[in-house]
Order: sequence, then structure tokens, then C-alpha cells
Amino acid sequence: MSRHTLSVLVENKPGVLARIASLFSRRGFNINSLAVGETEIPEISRMTVVVDVEDQPLEQVTKQLNKLVEVLKVVELDGGASVQRQIILVKVRADSVTRGQVLEMVQMFRAKVVDVSTDALTIEATGSMDKLHALLEVLAPFGVKELVQSGLVAIGRGGRSITDRALRSA
Amino acid sequence: MTIVSQASGGAAPAAAPSPADIAHHSKARTPVEVTGAQSLVLALEAVGVDTVFGIPGGAILPAYDPLLDSVKVRHILVRHEQGAGHAAEGYASATGKVGVCMATSGPGATNLVTAISDAYMDSVPMVAITGQVASASIGSDAFQEADIRGITFPITKHNYLVTNAADIPRVIAEAFHIASTGRPGPVLVDIAKDALQARTTFLWPPAIDLPGYHPVTRPHHKQIREAARYIARAKRPVLYVGGGVIRAHATEELARFVELTQIPVVTTLMARGALPDSHPLHLGMPGMHGSVAAVTALQKADLLITLGARFDDRVTGQLSTFAPEAKVIHADIDPAEISKNRTADVPIVGDCKAVITDLVEEVDRDIDAGNAGDYAAWRKLTMGWKATFPVGYTEATDGSVAPQAVIEAIGRIAGPEATYVAGVGQHQMWAAQFVSYERPMSWLNSGGAGTMGYAVPAAMGAKVAEPQRVVWAIDGDGCFQMTNQELATCVINDIPIKVAIINNSSLGMVRQWQSLFYNERYSNTDLHTSVGSRIPDFVKLAEAYGCVGLRCERPEDIDATIEKAMEINDVPVVIDFVVHRDAMVWPMVAAGVSNDLIQVAKDTAPQWDRGESEAIEQPEDVLTGPTGRTDTDGGDR
Repeated sequence: MSRHTLSVLVENKPGVLARIASLFSRRGFNINSLAVGETEIPEISRMTVVVDVEDQPLEQVTKQLNKLVEVLKVVELDGGASVQRQIILVKVRADSVTRGQVLEMVQMFRAKVVDVSTDALTIEATGSMDKLHALLEVLAPFGVKELVQSGLVAIGRGGRSITDRALRSA
Repeated sequence: MTIVSQASGGAAPAAAPSPADIAHHSKARTPVEVTGAQSLVLALEAVGVDTVFGIPGGAILPAYDPLLDSVKVRHILVRHEQGAGHAAEGYASATGKVGVCMATSGPGATNLVTAISDAYMDSVPMVAITGQVASASIGSDAFQEADIRGITFPITKHNYLVTNAADIPRVIAEAFHIASTGRPGPVLVDIAKDALQARTTFLWPPAIDLPGYHPVTRPHHKQIREAARYIARAKRPVLYVGGGVIRAHATEELARFVELTQIPVVTTLMARGALPDSHPLHLGMPGMHGSVAAVTALQKADLLITLGARFDDRVTGQLSTFAPEAKVIHADIDPAEISKNRTADVPIVGDCKAVITDLVEEVDRDIDAGNAGDYAAWRKLTMGWKATFPVGYTEATDGSVAPQAVIEAIGRIAGPEATYVAGVGQHQMWAAQFVSYERPMSWLNSGGAGTMGYAVPAAMGAKVAEPQRVVWAIDGDGCFQMTNQELATCVINDIPIKVAIINNSSLGMVRQWQSLFYNERYSNTDLHTSVGSRIPDFVKLAEAYGCVGLRCERPEDIDATIEKAMEINDVPVVIDFVVHRDAMVWPMVAAGVSNDLIQVAKDTAPQWDRGESEAIEQPEDVLTGPTGRTDTDGGDR
């Protein structure tokens, strides 16, 4: 299994998310992460879908996605040629004894403390999935009380835009 | 209402304009003030709908009111929404036009689901229109509310929920466009009741807005060139023809290609009739119950020229051992079918009509340039298989009727101009094997979904579409009991179909598997429709519906009974053919095993003539085993 990041441009209409989620599920693909939002063109939404699949099934799911009438474009973004970011908010146990150590980790990962109480710190961190995974690993010994993760978002490097010409008419 | 009625002939005394009147006005592209329901009917008229199969109910009720006035759209009131769906499929499959069915919200809509799913699997152009509860009530579990759009996501090509009356003409135009172009398929349009009731303006044609829908129809020339190169080099090519060729109306092109190349052809269950069965190069149907010649030709081929087929498991058997020596050219209008199951060496995305036309041109050029493929030895070999292993059957020894004999006689007597519609099971396979199909769209069945109950309503739809044709439903006693209520629709609406029930008193195909793979333990397959009791008595049932009911129980009566049915053209005829219940469908490749293990009868592999099989060099000839005996007793099941 290898990890693939798909950018799916879709018409910004109700029900599209359900249709796409349903396609993944029906064709037997597990969505690892999903993020949706409007693009610079209000009629277009962009979904960033991370899936763990082999190359051949990936081709099949891409083709199936392309068949959906509301899907405008499907682009696979590879790690090297794109910037990929995810955000997490994590509440870590931290009392007067351990707070210093936790803050050290926060600084090392260039994360931010967004809330503090006597027994915990809430940390905001942004980065690739790998980086955040590493951060969570070092925080684990202190005790993670609560974790929330956004879906991954990704954008291609360079000056070109994938939304260009996505709305050309039938 | 701003339009004054100009109803001709004084037929409509009411002041309200009929949809036809409004349509007349709207031709000038002037917006007309109407209700959403009128807008719907006008849009259906404008896209050329002449028949709708459906049942009204609360949420769709507003649409039925203007439908009453339409002089262009005939609404046929069915008895169950599934019947409406299959009728729309039959209508579409017999003509290539978009079939239309209509139902109300909730259970009305969910009853369409099986037919929609069937149309999706077999690429049938169909538009299903359903009423939905008023938009303010959506999500509240209102009376007869079901999220039919959500339910049909995975079984439609596209679907809509319309809550604004102004969207109706555009959505209908888009729905018909999507259903009928590219790879055809079902489109569902769910319309909230308040949108049907609201005032709106109707303007035709509406602007279609489908930025994400661009079916590729023109094949890439480079791929055609590459395919021609493979064809010229091949020694053992086979044309593997699927239903896409029929959907693309590409059968004339196919015939030309076969004439030009002289390559042997197999037609799948969905493609029966794509090339006349009488054509000398036609090897028959491939797959689980395919002919020995067709199955073997695919297994031995060095090139598959795949046109509008999709390497379905019922064709390939165990995929890893399917056509092991073959390179694959795969042409399909749906890019997702290409290399889905079997990797293509030459993928061609395009409409089969365009693909075959281009292939003919390209191969013709090669032949002119002295670069013709030489398939003479291969042709001789495949023709030998065809002659040695015709699809046949044995008469019952106890004087009972062989089901295959009935079906063969129907085909012989009704002839190639008739339309044959089957249910699903043994009778379907026999109908695919023993009727000789000479024209496209003369064979309708439920292939991909395998929907029992397809035959009667689909035959009804086919007969409505082409009233001049004789339409035979070849059905099983199990299938018939799933949808025979549509006989009422047929009688009342003057749709005189003919139904042959191949009555073996059981769920025959399941029983066959129980015989072969479950030690003859017949768990829940006895239907009591002829053995021991007649529940129901199909003749009486037919008569209760106002049909003519006939029964045939002796081989010597088969022809006379069919001929009698052929003479009755004013009402539907139902014939209860009581047949031998132990008859089995042969040849057969057991599920999940290699097609090399085809059997022509129980525990009997074809007897191969070594000399003949080895006319061509093959590294390993599994089919020429010493006795040809193979063991697939189901121990691996």
C-alpha cells in the first residue's frame, strides 16, 4: 500500500461530498484524510483526499471519480512537487514539573501553545502528516488528553494553477 | 395563466392550456408562465418523450395533473414501480431511446431501485422521475419520505434533487443528455412537491450546464494505429464483442470489420445479435454457459479485440487464467472499464461506432499495403471446434418436455424479427443459446444485475416501443411470479405480449447448482408450480388477468402451442410450458475456476482431437488431456 494525495475539483453544490464519499466506500477504498473547501472560484470546491492504495486501484478510483458528473478534475499531487499541510490541536498533560519539557517539544516542532491551564497545554501544530505524527510521538509520554486533526490540504508547487480551465463548459 | 387555450378540434373544453399548446407557444422561445409540474411535462415533451411508465402518489401528484392533458406523452399506469422501471428499460433496450419511468416519493421511489440498478449494470439509457416530499419537510422523516437521491448514488450515472421549480427544464434536459450520451445509464430526477406546485416560467431549450461531463467519443488515432498493428501481427485473434456495440448502434460497422478481417467473433450475453448468429465466423457466446468454441477460442487466442465488453467475471471465469496467451486491445467508451479487470495492451477510449469505423479504415489500409494478417489456420481450427461442439441438449427420456426444445421452437417459429426478452436463470441461458439472433436489440435481458422478474415488464416496454413486432417474454416460473402483475397493465393498455413460462417447478439455476455442488440437497428451490401441485395455476392466473392462458406438457404439442399463441394478437398470451425439472444448462464453467475446465455435461469435458488442437503450436495445452476428464465437483466451493 502506498499513500496518495488526490486533489479533486468539484462543482460547489449540495450533495457532492456525500456522492464522492459514497464512491470511495462503494469501490472499497478507505479514505485516510479528507478536507473540503471553496476555491478562489466560488463555483468550485476542492477536496483533498488521502488514500492508501496500490497504483492500479488508484487508477481505477481516479477514473471512477472522473466519471462523476460534478467532478471537474482529479489531480494526484506527489509529495515532492507539492506542499502538503495538516493542522492538529492536541491537549497534553502538563503540570509545573513537565510544562518546561513539553514547551521544549513545542518549540522544536515550531508548534504553538494556544491554551494553557494548570494541568494541561493545548498545542496547535501545522505540517506534513509525517511531522505531526512525530510530534504526537514525542508528546505521548506526557499524556495526550485530547486530539483533533484536520484533513490534509495540498497544493502544487510552482506558478501554475489546477483550477485553470476547470469550468470549461460541456 | 397567461396563455389562452387554442386547443384544436374542441377536444379540450377547459380554459387551461394543454401542455402541447404551451409547447407550441414556447417554440418561439418565449417564456411561458406555468407551474413546476407543467414545466416538467413540457420539458418531457420537448425532449421527445412519448411514453412514461409509472404510478402516481402523494408527492408526484401535481405532475400527474398536467400529464393528463398531454397529447404527446402517453402515461402507462403499471401495477408496481419495479415494473415501470423494467418497462422503461425494455423500451430503451429495444430502441436505443431513453426510457422513462415515474414514481412517487418513499416506497414508490424505492420500488424503482432494482430497475435503476439493473439499468446501471447494463448501461441502459433511462430517466427516472420521482416525487419528493416538500422541501421544507426534507429531513424530517415526513410521510413517504426517503432519500432516494442518496439511495441511488451508487446505481445511477447521475441524479438530481430539484427544490426550485425554475431548475426543472434544465435538469430534465441534462438528465436526458447524460442518460443517452457517453456510456448510457440511468439518471434519477427527484423533485420536491413544492417545486412541482410553484409558479415558474418555462423556456426551451434551457442552457445545459455540465462543466464536468465530457464523454470521449472519438478514439485516439495513435491507438487505432497501434491496434491495427497488433491485428496484422496476430495469428489467433478473436473479436470479443460486448453490449457496448449494440448500445453504440455499431453492428453494421462490426459486420464490415468481420468481413474485412475474417476474424472469428464471440458475442457476450449482452451482445447477442450484434453479429448474426448465422454468420459463419460467429463462434457463439463466451463465458460460464458459453459455447465450447467461443470459450476455447478466447482461451487459445493470441489477441483479443475487445469491443464494448468489460471482462465480466461471468465471461472470464478465474481471471488469472483467462485468455492466458492473449494480448488485449480494449475499446470502450468508459475509460474506467479499460484495464479494470484485465490490463489492456492497447487501450482505446471511444464510442464503438467511431472505433470500429476507424479500425476498418486503418486495417483496410494495411491490407492494401500488403500487410494483411493471416488467420487461415486459426479460422479452420475455430470452425472445427464450432462444428464439433455445437451447443446442444438431450431430450428427456421420460416423455416430458425438454425446456431447450421449447425455446428453440419459439425462436424458430417467431423468427429473427421478433424481440425476445428473458428473465434470469436457466431459461435465460437457454434463450441466449437456442434462439438464433440475427439483428441487434432483438434480445433483451438482465445481464449484469441478474434481476429475476425483468422479463414480463421489459417485454411490455419493448412492445410499447415497437408495437408492430412480436415480443416474446421467455420467463421462468420463479421470475414470472416476481412481476407478473404487469399482465394487468398489458391487458388494459392493449400491449399483447407473449409469455412462455419455462416451468420446471423450481428455481432452476439454483437447483442446478445444488445438484452439482451441494450434493442434490434442494434447499428452498421447490416452487410447487407443476410438480405435485400447481400453485399458482398459471393458466388460470393468465385468464384471471384477461390474458389467454395455454399449457403444454408434451413434446409433440410444442409447435402447435406456439403457433396458436402466434395467432393471438389482441391480448397477451401466457403459455405454461411444463418442462423436465432436471434439465441443466450446458456447457458450464463452474464459478471461480479456469475457463479451460469447461464441461459439456456433468463431469464431461469436451473430447479433443489431438491432431486438430495441435494444428497450432501451443506451449501447454491443458485442453488436450488424455481423457479430457476434469473434476470440478464443487469440492473447492
